[in-house]
Amino acid sequence: MMQNVLLAIVLAPLVAALLAGLAGRLIGRAGAHSVTILGVATSFVLSLWVFKAQVWGGAPTFNEPVYTWLVTDGIRMQIGFLIDHLTVLMMVVVTFVSLMVHIYTIGYMHDDDGYQRFFAYISLFTFAMLTLVMSNNFLQLFFGWEAVGVVSYLLIGFWFKRPTAIFANLKAFLVNRVGDFGFLLGIAGVVYFTGSLDYQTAFHFAPLIAASHFTLFEGQTWNAMSVICICLFIGAMGKSAQVPLHVWLPDSMEGPTPISALIHAATMVTAGIFMVARMSPLFELSPTALSFVIVIGATTALFMGFLGIVNNDIKRVVAYSTLSQLGYMTVALGASAYGAGIFHLMTHAFFKALLFLAAGSVIIAMHHEQDMRRMGGLRKHLPITYWTSLIGALALIGFPGFSGFFSKDALIEAVAGSHIPGARYAEFCVTAGVYITALYTFRMIFMTFHGEERMDAHTREHLHESPWVVTVPLVLLAIPSVAIGWLTVGPVLFGDFFHGAIIVHPANDVLHEMAGEFHGPLSFTLRAFTGLPIYLAAAGVASAWFLYLKRPDIPATLRLRLAPLYRVLDNKYGFDWVNENVIASGSRSLGRLFFRVGDQFLIDGALVNGSARTVGWLAAVTRHVQSGYLYHYAFAMIIGLSALLAYMLLGH
Amino acid sequence: MIGLPHFLVLAGVLFSIAVAGIFLNRKNMIVLLMCIELMLLAVNFNFIAFSRWLGNLDGQVFVFFILTVAAAESAIGLAILVVVFRERRGINVDSLDAMRG
Repeated sequence: MMQNVLLAIVLAPLVAALLAGLAGRLIGRAGAHSVTILGVATSFVLSLWVFKAQVWGGAPTFNEPVYTWLVTDGIRMQIGFLIDHLTVLMMVVVTFVSLMVHIYTIGYMHDDDGYQRFFAYISLFTFAMLTLVMSNNFLQLFFGWEAVGVVSYLLIGFWFKRPTAIFANLKAFLVNRVGDFGFLLGIAGVVYFTGSLDYQTAFHFAPLIAASHFTLFEGQTWNAMSVICICLFIGAMGKSAQVPLHVWLPDSMEGPTPISALIHAATMVTAGIFMVARMSPLFELSPTALSFVIVIGATTALFMGFLGIVNNDIKRVVAYSTLSQLGYMTVALGASAYGAGIFHLMTHAFFKALLFLAAGSVIIAMHHEQDMRRMGGLRKHLPITYWTSLIGALALIGFPGFSGFFSKDALIEAVAGSHIPGARYAEFCVTAGVYITALYTFRMIFMTFHGEERMDAHTREHLHESPWVVTVPLVLLAIPSVAIGWLTVGPVLFGDFFHGAIIVHPANDVLHEMAGEFHGPLSFTLRAFTGLPIYLAAAGVASAWFLYLKRPDIPATLRLRLAPLYRVLDNKYGFDWVNENVIASGSRSLGRLFFRVGDQFLIDGALVNGSARTVGWLAAVTRHVQSGYLYHYAFAMIIGLSALLAYMLLGH
Repeated sequence: MIGLPHFLVLAGVLFSIAVAGIFLNRKNMIVLLMCIELMLLAVNFNFIAFSRWLGNLDGQVFVFFILTVAAAESAIGLAILVVVFRERRGINVDSLDAMRG
């Protein structure tokens, strides 16, 4: 029963994707969106059912293989499901956001020629993501991991006639390859030590791995668990866009907005966070890896936030915000507050999808204009979009009572309670990040919806609220953005929700310590007023108001005054420059060198053409033997005959 | 008494003369044909000499065949020679190098 339900959850979007993708012409536009929405809705409803059975019904953890692909050398490669509280939470979030995005897409892609193709892709994505989160083994995890990467590639380059989109999707793919290489090494490490791809076996043998050592270079031994965890985390860095593998995420905004919301904000990019949380029994045994995680996360959280302040493209601002928030989640993982990371992942999925979809609604209204300098005053024209994005923004900055408030405050507190090396740096970064978050978020809100109207007259005349298929998902996402934190903070974060799914070493268990001081969401909210973050957020909003509404001349002056700083931010700390001029062009030069020396000179020159030339030379030399004179041939025959005779008569 | 060795030596001498004729002659294709005939003759001598010496008639039967084939071969050779002469206005051996590589 359970197994069939789980299979249906995973396969319904796949079937829908195949129908919409392969038979798109037959079933038409309406057919394509109906079938895919039906598929994802099926998954969502069944996920809710599984969630209910797991969380309230007290169903036991489901961990069974459903199909054995092959067995080689004792390693079983299987497809299987591990359904516990962590999984069901992810399943519900993924299918819900995906469903909202499916509905929204009807409005957003209305005039696009690739309508059916788009629906096929996002449904395929849902399938891939569900495969990833529901997996009970590393192989299926890796399959889902790569599958979401492929769909992401396809969707970033959805408008494949734009050179920038092609550049962006190639970049995303290549950067993710770097991460995946680490990920694969990590999986290989696990298999090497445990001889199994299964999670439970790997977790069972975790203490054994932690006691083993690698010798990578002569005289240097490394703890096996640290190496494996850092390798796995490198995979997460690629997928969840952590510094320095974050460069693909802002560029991925070249894709249509619905997928920015679904893939590059709410779900796929959180795969890395989910994976680390899933691997908590491994990560807990390596303080080195946790320190690495927390430092990378903190750097991403703060420094990517800065970039949000200087960007003028509405989608890119939200993209940098996503980077920064992913950094927050990573910090939580590093502080062993996996629950807080997953909790922030969940609330972020709702409000960031909301913000992206709202940005998309603005973009529809502005006729695909994304530059905030040409917006302003849209509040009157797009009331629903305005109010919903305001809710999203308040949730993002952590306004008391909103979902983001609970997750972020708990997260910051957890980091403050952590004693792992690097925790103090992380604490500073995430606290300062609160101010930055509020500043760029409200800069975006003010520049887009408030102030004077800076668009041209033609656009202004055609401004109108988006159709209901766009606004309904906004409203439906706004509800959890407000309420989900209040409702779930107690059980999910401080309760026993993740018991068995996430394993935390007692010495690191900061959330458990915090749980002792938790007395309901109301007291949690009130207690926040004694802390710093809430005032920093308020200061951020106030600064944004002062700089972008009250005195819009100041940012320009500041930009001139702080020209070097501005240039650093405008160049995104030079990551793109280094990637393009050092890494990419270095690889190209290396490739060209190998091509010239190895291919052109050695293989083509020496082997292929060289052997042909040798044969030609030999033929040219032996040609002279053929004089064409009969007596020469006769002479040769006689000589040969004599030699043969001499050999036969005298040889023996 | 004239014995087997005399015949063999004679055949050898004839054969050598024929080979020398082929090598040394650069002018006339007819000489080549004649030399080939001479070689066959030398072989025939051998056959007959051994036939007598062994008291076996097989060798002499062979000689008849060889003579017949040699006659036919000469006829074809001369015919080719006539054609060559018509084509090239000459039968100079040195100028016959169409097979040159």
